[in-house]
Amino acid sequence: MYDVSELKKGLKIEIDGAPCIVTDFQFSKPGKGQAIYRCKLKNLSTGSTFEKSYRSGDKVDKANLESRTFTFSYHNGDDFIFSDNDTFEEIHLTAEQLGNNQYFVVEEMEVDILFHGEKALDITLPNFIEKIIVSTEPGARGNTASSNVQKPARIDNGYEIHVPLFINEGDLVRIDTRNGEYADRISKKI
Amino acid sequence: MTSIEKLKVRNALLQSIRAFFYSAGFIEVETPIRMKIPCMELHIDAEPSGNYWLRTSPELYHKKLLAQGAQKIFEIGKCFRQGERGDRHHPEYTLLEWYRAGGDYNSMQDDMVRLLLSVGIFGRPEIFTVSEVYEKFADWNPVDEFDADRFDFDMVEKIEPNLPKDVPVILKDYPSECCALARLKPCNPKIAERWELYLGGIEIANAYSELTDPVEQRTRFEKWGAQRKALGKTVYPLDEEFIQCLEQMPSSGGCALGIDRLLMALTGAKSLDDILLFRD
Repeated sequence: MYDVSELKKGLKIEIDGAPCIVTDFQFSKPGKGQAIYRCKLKNLSTGSTFEKSYRSGDKVDKANLESRTFTFSYHNGDDFIFSDNDTFEEIHLTAEQLGNNQYFVVEEMEVDILFHGEKALDITLPNFIEKIIVSTEPGARGNTASSNVQKPARIDNGYEIHVPLFINEGDLVRIDTRNGEYADRISKKI
Repeated sequence: MTSIEKLKVRNALLQSIRAFFYSAGFIEVETPIRMKIPCMELHIDAEPSGNYWLRTSPELYHKKLLAQGAQKIFEIGKCFRQGERGDRHHPEYTLLEWYRAGGDYNSMQDDMVRLLLSVGIFGRPEIFTVSEVYEKFADWNPVDEFDADRFDFDMVEKIEPNLPKDVPVILKDYPSECCALARLKPCNPKIAERWELYLGGIEIANAYSELTDPVEQRTRFEKWGAQRKALGKTVYPLDEEFIQCLEQMPSSGGCALGIDRLLMALTGAKSLDDILLFRD
């Protein structure tokens, strides 16, 4: 249990059995009144957001969350299979659960999966992955060094990102898995 | 703001405030920061300091000065409240407090309007009664039937977010249950003669027609002591010297204003982090 005075942004708590994260927190004390802790919360299971206020002395449950490290094995259509690094137990996640991360997992990649009880809530990949650009239009002449103007490009599994005009097919680039965007170029096509 | 900018804007404000009170004939006073007995209020907790307590406000000493014949006094100094920490709270903060013998909450309101002009906050305050805003934004009237929890939660969730932000706002005439050390309206004891000033939706100042009835004061302290005990909070002893001094204290108006929050309002800061020079 947490005392409400311990609440802060980023803290994970459990409300009516649902794991939630405190996304904003405001200590209020209306003139001569009691302390009120106003929280904005996000349900980690459903993604919905809501507000809740507590008074001083209230207690809140800690979220029963556990993060475990897995290695990505393979995927079969929309079924992605990971194995637990400690127990080798396999877990199946759907493409929907992975979101954009389905395009960024590669075999043997280590990922952290956050569980609420037995339910996988979230997956964290390494911040950056390297991918080869398999298709993009050539950049317009005169803009080759500018990174302000961008053009669409695709990686091997069809995921589309926006890259600077100087990027060509066959270049190796880094992608930030947290936002799914181009980060920088590793090397030109050899 | 850089530290130097914070220093300068604070210094300019303090100069304007002092100039305002000096020109209005007030005396600047200094009263003890360490107190043997802090003011007993239900939801304000004092920070212990050895066998003493750090003041939560200079109110009790100022009233003792009024009882001794002081007429118009003000003080700017540090006050301390245990456990109050957030974007708008810090356990150590700077308070301006002033009193006017012979005054009441209306004369404090006149002072407030002039003080705001002198520190560069223009626009006449919009004035609402507490009943009015609760009926408008929360669909009930706490003066008719009071509910402490509902009052506090609605204040934070429904009232304060809906107050006009572009002009100063004064909320006045609180339910008698929120009287603190304010006098009840002689013609309507369900209402305490108290107002609060809001700037940009932030509570800045609190003013009363001061309670000068020692019997009523003792009853209130005893009630809050019992409520504090029930909540497991420290119960402070009764300050008999203070209760006695009320017999000599003239009718007075008093007002307390948070300097750090006024700086937030003047600079548009979202948090005391942008105002305080040192924050632990």
